[in-house]
Amino acid sequence: MDQELRELYQEVILDHNKSPRNFREMEDSTQDSEGYNPLCGDTIHIYLKINDGIVTDVSFQGSGCAISKASASLMTSAVKGKTKEEAEVVFKNFLDLITGNLGENPNTDKLGKLAVFAGVQEFPVRVKCASLAWHTMKAALDEKETKVTTE
Amino acid sequence: MNSKEEISVISNSTIYNVEAIRNDFPILQTTVHDNPLVYLDNAATTQKPISVIKEAQKYYSTMNSNIHRGVHALSQVATEAYETARIKIKKFINALGKNEIIFTKGTTESINLVAQSYVRPNLQAGDEVIISQMEHHSNIVPWQLACKEKNAKLKIIPIDDNGDLIFKDFEKLITDRTKFVSVVYASNSLGTINPVKKIIDLAHQNNIPVMLDAAQAVNHLPVDVQDLDCDFLAFSGHKLYGPTGIGILYGKVNLLDSMPPYQGGGDMISKVTFKETTYNELPHKFEAGTPNIAGAIGLGEAIDYISKVGIENISFHEMNLLEYATEAVSDIPSLKIIGTSKEKVSVLSFVLDDVHPHDIGTFLDFEGVAIRTGHHCTQPVMDRYNIPATSRASFAMYNTKAEINVLVNGLKKIIGVFG
Repeated sequence: MDQELRELYQEVILDHNKSPRNFREMEDSTQDSEGYNPLCGDTIHIYLKINDGIVTDVSFQGSGCAISKASASLMTSAVKGKTKEEAEVVFKNFLDLITGNLGENPNTDKLGKLAVFAGVQEFPVRVKCASLAWHTMKAALDEKETKVTTE
Repeated sequence: MNSKEEISVISNSTIYNVEAIRNDFPILQTTVHDNPLVYLDNAATTQKPISVIKEAQKYYSTMNSNIHRGVHALSQVATEAYETARIKIKKFINALGKNEIIFTKGTTESINLVAQSYVRPNLQAGDEVIISQMEHHSNIVPWQLACKEKNAKLKIIPIDDNGDLIFKDFEKLITDRTKFVSVVYASNSLGTINPVKKIIDLAHQNNIPVMLDAAQAVNHLPVDVQDLDCDFLAFSGHKLYGPTGIGILYGKVNLLDSMPPYQGGGDMISKVTFKETTYNELPHKFEAGTPNIAGAIGLGEAIDYISKVGIENISFHEMNLLEYATEAVSDIPSLKIIGTSKEKVSVLSFVLDDVHPHDIGTFLDFEGVAIRTGHHCTQPVMDRYNIPATSRASFAMYNTKAEINVLVNGLKKIIGVFG
């Protein structure tokens, strides 16, 4: 496989695509939001349970490509247990990573497992795939009523 | 791509030399991610032969000027080239007269023109317009707009599991309130060639005019508007090896004559005063403003190129490719073809278990293979099959079996990675 392609489709991403974590509906969520990418028809539904300002549970449902599914799956692990503010910081760091704002050789210490998405910055058309779950999570955090779209 | 199979005998007298054709398309020499380009996204847009590129360049470098209004030499040369292109198009689809050929931006504008200038003024509350479930969004939304405004009803001919129209349901949909039928000649996402003659015959028995979206038909099949007896027909230049931003609306002259202009502006008038304006004659009544002159001339040249190769020969070659590709993917167990009509143009839409079309698209891109992934602007078709998207390989006159092998090997590699 080509090096650039390998950077995009890392083992962790392929694994989360195949066996996404927290892939379920949440009946007792406190807030949720739906996201949609009209360009490819991908849909995602994010469920949050927030108690005393802390995200105690996150889950998702929907259909999408490997990048969007793995991103949603890893997102659920990344924000679980965080305060609302901490979750927003992770969101911002993730967006900076995939849009290339952290530079060519980003310091990914703060990002933990999310660092596997560094390869996305080389694929501008796939940035929306990686960010859909995150924008949708942010909308759920903010309890926005409108559906998130990438366009 | 040099192999002996690429020169095939079409009939006793015709030799189809795909290698010679490929040499006429400069872009086919391109590499993508260090691999030779394998361009299989022809249903989105086709590549342009060098003669079309040169002709558009020739217009800008030797005759650029505005048409229909200058007495100077350049304007006359440009006007003649533009009007010559119209005659070529008239011959290509066998229209009765050149005033039945309207230059537009493309299929989308052609359909909107008919929706706004023909159907909308004739539509009353409770009237009906019929389209099909396999329409491109450009043959859905213009009718939704007109129907919504007039409180009319948009009715849909359903499709079966193979992607064929259910004709008996079409018969049932027709009522005395049906004012118009607009259907796609060949589907961009399924490949299905619709029984348009039967549709037109039945509609005409009920005095209903019919429009055909022929964007995916004129590049694959001989199209004769008089034989079809369609009332309107639309297609785009860029899917016909011509430039983007130019398209055609064919309409029967009596219908076009009866219609109010679509847009107002220069060139579409014969006299303007603040009190009253009289409109220019056909086809100029529908060509307000300075048109895409280079586009029209380029499209004329593209038609010359197609005529030289022969649309029947192109069709024969493409059917060979479709058959070969369909056979080649049949030994991939996780692959399902979407659109299995017996009558198809060279479009192969498919889904793979557990691999999303976008991932397929990115992987194939690294093999140099360009395909389309997504809903192909036919979301109701995706809903019909309960899928979000498909991958689509579509073949043109310059594609080869060797290229299909690259596609199929690429798919097998992807399955290896995701499997």
